[in-house]
Amino acid sequence: MEKFVQIEAVGQTFDTKKGKFVALRDVDLSIRQGEFIALIGHSGCGKSTLLNLIAGLTRPTDGALICDGREIAGPGPERGVVFQNHSLLPWLTCFDNVYLAVERVFAAKEGKAKLKQRTHDALALVGLTHAETKFPHEISGGMKQRVGIARALSMQPKVLLMDEPFGALDALTRAKLQDELMKICDATQATVVMVTHDVDEAVLLSDRIVMMTNGPAATIGEILSVDLPRPRNRLALANDPKYIAARAAVLEFLYEKQAHKEVLAA
Amino acid sequence: MTTMTLIQGNTALAASPTNDATDQGAAAMAMNDSSVGSGSAASVTAAPVPPSAQEPARAAAGRRSNEALVGVLKVVLPPLIGLAVFVGLWYLVSMTSPQLPGPAKTWASAVQLFADPFYQNGPNDMGIGWNILNSLQRVGIGFGLAALIGIPAGFLLGRFDFLNRMMSPIISLLRPVSPLAWLPIGLLVFKAANPAAIWVIFISSIWPMIINTAVGVQRIPKDYLNVARVLDLPEWKVFTKILFPAVLPYMLTGVRLSIGVAWLVIVAAEMLTGGVGLGFWVWDEWNNLNVEHIIIAIFVVGLVGLLLEQALVLLANRFSYEEK
Repeated sequence: MEKFVQIEAVGQTFDTKKGKFVALRDVDLSIRQGEFIALIGHSGCGKSTLLNLIAGLTRPTDGALICDGREIAGPGPERGVVFQNHSLLPWLTCFDNVYLAVERVFAAKEGKAKLKQRTHDALALVGLTHAETKFPHEISGGMKQRVGIARALSMQPKVLLMDEPFGALDALTRAKLQDELMKICDATQATVVMVTHDVDEAVLLSDRIVMMTNGPAATIGEILSVDLPRPRNRLALANDPKYIAARAAVLEFLYEKQAHKEVLAA
Repeated sequence: MTTMTLIQGNTALAASPTNDATDQGAAAMAMNDSSVGSGSAASVTAAPVPPSAQEPARAAAGRRSNEALVGVLKVVLPPLIGLAVFVGLWYLVSMTSPQLPGPAKTWASAVQLFADPFYQNGPNDMGIGWNILNSLQRVGIGFGLAALIGIPAGFLLGRFDFLNRMMSPIISLLRPVSPLAWLPIGLLVFKAANPAAIWVIFISSIWPMIINTAVGVQRIPKDYLNVARVLDLPEWKVFTKILFPAVLPYMLTGVRLSIGVAWLVIVAAEMLTGGVGLGFWVWDEWNNLNVEHIIIAIFVVGLVGLLLEQALVLLANRFSYEEK
């Protein structure tokens, strides 16, 4: 399917105490099935706003969003979300956190044993079989984020939405999880939209990088296709001319074309 | 005022074990340091004679049992000293005021009283056990009804801002009213003493539960509610898996404050309503001028209140979850 997720002339205006605030305007984007899209831009450019619109957590003021031929009218399990701060429920074990999502999607057609198997499989996919019975406060930040990913993947979503999923992690853990995510995406052929502010992460992971202009009234500035073969290896890519060119293009967009006014003044 | 003192009392209780633990740790470290110091000093002076291999092991074992003993003493000694000082002061006061019975006399009376706690000589002369049970029953009913209404009401107020703003003037107005001011209304409506006492318990213990539950609902992190929305969970799952566990610690704080208030109020209410119960018993013994029994009653009321409170603290700790 050529246009799996369609974003058509979407605008988002918030009512604030100081009057109307235009966060997004005229956003048009089509995402193919199995594509990995990175949304990148300076903070406050509305990239999380766009992700929330695709998730259905907020409704657009203008335009329409369509997923798999249906208009997005609200949140739904066919669009799995991984939150920035993992958002695991602290009173449930890792297993139960994932099971909650599995149960919601599959309980109507499958028995308990099958649901449990799905939960085990999802946790195994992110390499956390040994931590199933642990509570979120007993595991590290990287492990929590992996449980969050397992929860989103366990629902077999059509689209995986990730809001700076590795932003709060240290560099080594982040690299490890990026590699794991690439493997999972190769294995599941997932369609992914990921918000990030990390240029290397965007180039390493994505098929296309959507670069947003600065807010207010942000929109898509440029779209860069990252034409690198998969599976990708971060060490091999470090000296790859295509990788370096893609990285330079994103950096140029962020720090020259969309440099913050404060930066220019300074 | 009463709730304030209760809270302070609790934090003091909760804080003391950790303090003790750190004190112990510091003491143990200090001891190790001193032993190391003395050991090295000994090895300097007694260098020509090498100590046998077993000696240090035995010394270490001795030191360990010493440490354990010191640890136990550190925990047990301060409260014991406190109690001893209290009893001593009581003794001194009773020496100067002959009407106030001293510790020994009160103890003898208590032994006699608790030898047969469940005797029955008609409605005005029943054992101390019956009095305690009757008071507990009234508190149980009044407090139970308050929880039954107050906790769901708290959920509603926390969930719906309109309701919250609608009820907040009423709650603000009624909450500071002294519990006993409600007694005449109860007597008027129920035309009987026992339901009136239960009514007083109900109305004075409902507020902490409403308020704490409502605050708990309002403070649920938005992340958790977003999880519910993204997973598109059915309403009852949202309640059982997200709302209820998130609010539970707040709710139990409310319950704990409420039971404290209820137990404070029952003695006063029973003094006025009569019947069987600790409050009535205190008043009855005042009329008999049996001051030993009044003092015993004070201790019993304090002890039962402490036990109720501790039971709920345990319950709260059992159900509260670790943050992040």
